[in-house]
Amino acid sequence: MRKHWIGAILAASLALAGCGGDKPSETAESEATAPALSGPPAVPDEANGGTITGKVAFAGAPPKMPALDMSASPACERAYKGVEQKSEEVVVNPNGTLKNVFVWVKSGLPAGRQWAVPATTVTLDQNGCMYRPRVIGVMTGQSFEIANSDPTNHNIHPQPQLNPEWNESQSTGQAAVTKTFTRQEVMIPVKCNVHPWMRSFIGVVAHPFFAVTGGDGTFTIKGLPPGTYVIQTLHEKYGPIEQTVTVGPKETKTVEFSYKG
Amino acid sequence: MHLNNVGSLWLRRYAVLVACCTFALLIAGGLVTSNDAALSVPDWPLSWGHLVPTLEGGIRYEFAHRAAAMLVALLTVGLALAIQVGQPLPHGRGSDGAATLQSEPRPGYPPGVGSVSKLAWAAVVVVLAQAALGGAAVRFLTPAWATIAHASLGQLFFALIVAICVALYAGVAGAHVPSLVCAAALFAQTILGAGVRYGVVAPAAHIVGALLATILVMWAGLSILMRNMDNPKLRRPAMLLLSIAFSQVFLGIGALMARVAYAAAPQPMPLMVLFTVAHVAVGSLALGAAVALAMLARPAAFPLHGGMVTA
Repeated sequence: MRKHWIGAILAASLALAGCGGDKPSETAESEATAPALSGPPAVPDEANGGTITGKVAFAGAPPKMPALDMSASPACERAYKGVEQKSEEVVVNPNGTLKNVFVWVKSGLPAGRQWAVPATTVTLDQNGCMYRPRVIGVMTGQSFEIANSDPTNHNIHPQPQLNPEWNESQSTGQAAVTKTFTRQEVMIPVKCNVHPWMRSFIGVVAHPFFAVTGGDGTFTIKGLPPGTYVIQTLHEKYGPIEQTVTVGPKETKTVEFSYKG
Repeated sequence: MHLNNVGSLWLRRYAVLVACCTFALLIAGGLVTSNDAALSVPDWPLSWGHLVPTLEGGIRYEFAHRAAAMLVALLTVGLALAIQVGQPLPHGRGSDGAATLQSEPRPGYPPGVGSVSKLAWAAVVVVLAQAALGGAAVRFLTPAWATIAHASLGQLFFALIVAICVALYAGVAGAHVPSLVCAAALFAQTILGAGVRYGVVAPAAHIVGALLATILVMWAGLSILMRNMDNPKLRRPAMLLLSIAFSQVFLGIGALMARVAYAAAPQPMPLMVLFTVAHVAVGSLALGAAVALAMLARPAAFPLHGGMVTA
């Protein structure tokens, strides 16, 4: 009888322990990379390929963002000379578009094709105790560097689901840290535990067809092989939206995504 | 053996000091987690490569927690050594080396001090394991197993220190079973609570656990109160346990509401931190009170209608 009770308690504990998985809202995609075809890695053909361009609109009143409390770090407060800073979780541009939206080709590319990794290094800067830019995109295997322009210390702590997690300190004046991620994952949150309001997101994609909306809310993805694609936009608060778009050679298609506040 | 006033005055006060420092350490640990500062110091055992890092932002919480942990570890080793020194001499040997017929404490130590020696050394083992778990949590980027074990072992350590304090004041001789069951339930609740905080246990499990723990607290507390209303040495700790446990329920509700209210906040908000840390701290007190009551209300020391027994 006692064994039955112990068994029941253990089973209940295990069942409960399985609940409440802590997956971040910023969706972690696990699209497996198809086996590579032989030959050199492909490069986007911007002269003859298709182009998908568009904007990410925001409908409704822009949400009021909460003020950041930087009082725990005097160096951060001094950077703004007493001017209150707001969270940049949602930034609605003056033209009614949304900033910091990651846009990428989720599916539709020729299976198995490997794409050349850009030689350029993407920089994520810690400036004014904020990540600049807030959202970046890199290809799998592409180097990106994290710099510290602040007169204070930061720790850099990406929290991927599919790639290895790491956490490194970066003192003021220290050289930039250069890293790569090897598996596709959209998006990887990055945080600083010293300054808990600091947040950044990195979209890691197995191909070069992605973009991030800026101050005008637009995006352009060039050099796509002719075909039909699922384009996904992803915002850290409002999540993903998808549209299917077909482009031919040298053709430009315009699409508009819209988030509601 | 005397069952009350066992430890010498300085030893008892020292043990209480260790208990107070441990309680402060638990609060410091709660502040680290609630402020999301656990990984603000990426290295261990050094902090940013130094003994003392630049103290700002989350580093303040994490470093204060490490410093407090170091202090408590040293105090615990000191406590174990102090108790060990007062251990009874081995059977068959007197202080002058002559044969004796029974155990006796060393000169200057009160009778019975050796009975808590095992508890004290167990506390040393636990505090060292706790330090290793804390280091593992930092080195392995706070995996759930390490962080939950760290949070739970911290509570167990506090319970052990409370047990040592009670033993030094009142000796060790059995336990009041309902209070012991209650203490076990409260400890299980701390594990579930840690699981909730690290996202591997559904909050509903912790809420159901709170309901069961409250029932057990009432069972233990009321069973003692009903039989010992005229005995302040049992009535007071029983009422203390009941008060702490009920406060804990309200703090738990407050912590849950604060977390829901500030779920979208860009950083840990003071009200959420306050409620959560208070919930952790009062949970520790509830566990400590249950352990103390289990030891104080043992049948050997307190017959059904009061009156402490001394042998």
